Amino acid sequence: MSTSDIAIPLPSSVLDLRSVPPSEATGHGEGGPAPKRIVVGYGFWIFLLSDIIMFSAFFASFAVLASATAGGPGAAQLFDLRNVQIETVCLLLSSVCCGVATLAVEQRYARLTQLALLATGVLGAAFLTLEVREFASLIAQGAGPSRSAFLSSFFALVGCHGAHITAGLLWLGTMMAQFYAKGFRADICRRYFCFSLFWHALDIIWVAIFTIVYLIGVRS
Amino acid sequence: MNDIASHGGGMGDLAPGQRGESTSSFTAGLRTYLIGFAIAAGLTIASFWAAQTHLIYGPAVSVALVTLAVAQMGIHLVFFLHITTGPDNTNNTLALAFGILIVFFIIVGSLWIMSNMDHMSVPMDQLMRMQP
Amino acid sequence: MLGKLTWQAIPFDQPIPLYSAAVVGMMLLAVLLWVVVKGYVPYLWREWITSVDHKRIGIMYCVLALVMLLRGFIDALMMRSQQAFAFHAAGYLPPEHYNQIFSAHGTIMIFFVAMPFMVGLMNFVVPLQLGVRDVAFPTLNSVGFWLTAAGALLVNVSLVVGEFSRAGWLPYPPLSGIQYSPGVGVDYYLWALEISGAGTLVGGINLVTTILKTRAPGMRYMRMPVFCWTSLASNLLMVAAFPVLTATLAMLLLDRYLDFHFFTNEAGGNPMMFVNLIWVWGHPEVYILALPAFGVFSEVVSTFSGKPLFGYRSMVAATMTICVLSFMVWLHHFFTMGAGANVNGFFGIMSMIIAVPTGVKIFNWLFTMYRGRVRFSAAMHWAIGFMVTFVIGGMTGVLLAMPPADFVMHNSLFLVAHFHNVVIGAVLFGAFAGYNYWFPKAFGFALDERLGKAAFWCWFVGFYVAFVPLYVTGLLGMTRRLQHYDQPQWHPWILVAGVGALIILCGIALQAAQLVVSIRSRQRRTDRTGDPWDGRTLEWATPSPPPLFNFAVLPNVKGEEPYWGVKRKAITAMQLSPEPSYEPIEVPRNSSTGIVTAFLAFVLGFALIWHIWWMAALALVGAYATFVVFAWRDVAESVLPAEEVARIDRANRSSRALALTEMHA
Repeated sequence: MSTSDIAIPLPSSVLDLRSVPPSEATGHGEGGPAPKRIVVGYGFWIFLLSDIIMFSAFFASFAVLASATAGGPGAAQLFDLRNVQIETVCLLLSSVCCGVATLAVEQRYARLTQLALLATGVLGAAFLTLEVREFASLIAQGAGPSRSAFLSSFFALVGCHGAHITAGLLWLGTMMAQFYAKGFRADICRRYFCFSLFWHALDIIWVAIFTIVYLIGVRS
Repeated sequence: MNDIASHGGGMGDLAPGQRGESTSSFTAGLRTYLIGFAIAAGLTIASFWAAQTHLIYGPAVSVALVTLAVAQMGIHLVFFLHITTGPDNTNNTLALAFGILIVFFIIVGSLWIMSNMDHMSVPMDQLMRMQP
Repeated sequence: MLGKLTWQAIPFDQPIPLYSAAVVGMMLLAVLLWVVVKGYVPYLWREWITSVDHKRIGIMYCVLALVMLLRGFIDALMMRSQQAFAFHAAGYLPPEHYNQIFSAHGTIMIFFVAMPFMVGLMNFVVPLQLGVRDVAFPTLNSVGFWLTAAGALLVNVSLVVGEFSRAGWLPYPPLSGIQYSPGVGVDYYLWALEISGAGTLVGGINLVTTILKTRAPGMRYMRMPVFCWTSLASNLLMVAAFPVLTATLAMLLLDRYLDFHFFTNEAGGNPMMFVNLIWVWGHPEVYILALPAFGVFSEVVSTFSGKPLFGYRSMVAATMTICVLSFMVWLHHFFTMGAGANVNGFFGIMSMIIAVPTGVKIFNWLFTMYRGRVRFSAAMHWAIGFMVTFVIGGMTGVLLAMPPADFVMHNSLFLVAHFHNVVIGAVLFGAFAGYNYWFPKAFGFALDERLGKAAFWCWFVGFYVAFVPLYVTGLLGMTRRLQHYDQPQWHPWILVAGVGALIILCGIALQAAQLVVSIRSRQRRTDRTGDPWDGRTLEWATPSPPPLFNFAVLPNVKGEEPYWGVKRKAITAMQLSPEPSYEPIEVPRNSSTGIVTAFLAFVLGFALIWHIWWMAALALVGAYATFVVFAWRDVAESVLPAEEVARIDRANRSSRALALTEMHA
């Protein structure tokens, strides 16, 4: 059957193939595959880290190009810190509401879940509105992204964060619809926990943005 | 397996964002979020204050701001994302540490390289004037 | 209505792309017609296109890679022949065309040959080696593959509709900016890579999660096969590095589409920043490619030496060290850009340090072979060829890692010879070794060994004949990407290099012959037991090809090389273990999410390239709709009844029991 080059096939399967209950804990790997909640959560965690690395590339660009104003306006002339304060408060409160929603999902409180998610979304939309208004006013005064490399990197970094918030709001709306239509099914809850990771991570990134882009930027 | 109720504490790993203690306590969880919110709000106010005050030595303000930002990120990680250094969170913490390491290489490396390049280059406007 | 797209986009005035597009188009049409007429469409749709099975997806990745290898190699032949003719002459390829060819050659070989091949092997093998049923996210796996295919399709469409980038496989600005490349070529490149990059990221997340969170019971980290360790390191690098590529290409897109100034000469832009960021991705990328190849060689060398791999712990340590160090050397790709001696010195030293763990690996493979009973199968030929070739390429790399030497040789053909030396030596030879080694597992019959060895020799000899002359011409001062030249000392070497390319062509022809001959004689070369090579790792415990669920019952792993130890016990005891108790198995359902997403991604990319904004908007809406439809499905899995599982497993057990009695007869 086989050519002389192929080794004589040898048998196998004295592996202990009984499905033994894991002696070690699952999820540590030795106990067998982890439950879905952990697998899905961890996979999304890895995605989030990749997203943070992507943001760091935009941050690096911003840091390098921060002084390249090409004779045009710089951070001190352009940024309204009051606006940034309100945006920060909106996003932080939004995170807290998301936390409340997480607790509600764990306890299966349907009404509280929808309320908390709605609050999360409204605050997130408020953040986005303020940001869009800021961008529009900058462009109107001739400080759009094509004015200088500094402004290009600003619009790209902050805009990327804003695009993530937008995607998050779309996701949030879909989650609310799914909870309404299908209740607290296990896979929907797993997806919701991923959303909450995403939302909290966006707030963490915003901390970096308001510190480095706005606060430190205005000072230099 | 009932994965909403899967706990840590000797029974296996936790997913990122999953609280370790019993999930039956809504108020305990709420307390965690509210404490985290209070500290984060305080740090935010401190940041905005530090940026405008004259009480801090000028060049140190950037350092102060970065420190406050890092602290706030830590608060988010601990109180909102429930990241701990316990054995049920090892994978999550290791992955986070790897990500932070890479971010460090990218930002510090790029800044070091580009500032050296900048230092050594002919300024761009002078270079453009040298074009035929 | 159709943006910038007009009939002028089709190259009616350029015979070479026109005729090649016509030929390829007719071949494609013939294949499609044959598939439709023979009634294979439902089979293909059900078993392959909508499959979420890691084995099928892995095979499709490898098929994509092999097909694109042909396109990339034709580009190479055109480059070699152009340079052979173009001494004191214009050659047959005008510069605008030649520039597109070398850009396409590099882009295709890295992104659509090397990456898919390695990802395909990892997808197929890792779950089997870990003793589990599938990767962590099967549907996402399908999405990742089809996104990669969509990117490949975009690059190929550029041949017929429009043009490709002329800015090289890494499009440095300002040449790649809108002012100096106003056509659609760079846009094709950028959108193809953004789309396939998303696919790669998704695949990376999948395999990292699979390896860290879903292993068979008892499979501790230090019991995993080395191929799984290298896959872990490679996928961690994918997750860490590809976001930087996505961001950097996005910045270039913003410059080109929306008049941003990241990399322009005006308004404060910094073109050097592109070079810096792109190589932050670019260096880890080469380790993403090389590490799985090293893993393949670990498996092949240990199996065909009949010994466990020497120095398992040092292999693991070396692998993870390479993983971290690969993010600390990237400046060696642009020593000459002017960062100064301190910066160059640091990165030069780091580049030399990173050679050390690789050296550890080479010694471990050699010590594995030492005092082993080495069988020189085709796969083993590729492994030994790799060891010789990669060591030479690595040494020229350490030479280039010294800034003073690099200042002389940067962007010369010496550099080109070096990176082909390491990439072909490691990645391509590793791909072919893995292909020969795991082919029986994937398809149930082995490849012809004689033709495999003949193909190896043509590749091996052809590689040296093609690239050693390039080392020489590099040292004689020839730069890369020359469309014509008039230095007489270079000419004879370039001619020899052309002959080398033709020898490699023979190698490729022999590989095609090997496949055809093996398929035709497959009845004679069936793998009846699932273990044709006397393997040591868990994938050889399954039948060939493995059933959908891989293992009827998840193995309970007791030590390193779980399959080997248990096999020896069975041979001495002369019997198999008792039959396990079978239970029903949940299998994930097929899904068309992958192909639909990829189709929409292709439409989105094409629309953005040609500025057809309404089409782009529609594609985005369609993508969101696809996501919602997928999220809304109620049944994600179907159940395979226990009797079915039992029937399949009993067939495997009986063929193995038969082989056991034949052994002792």
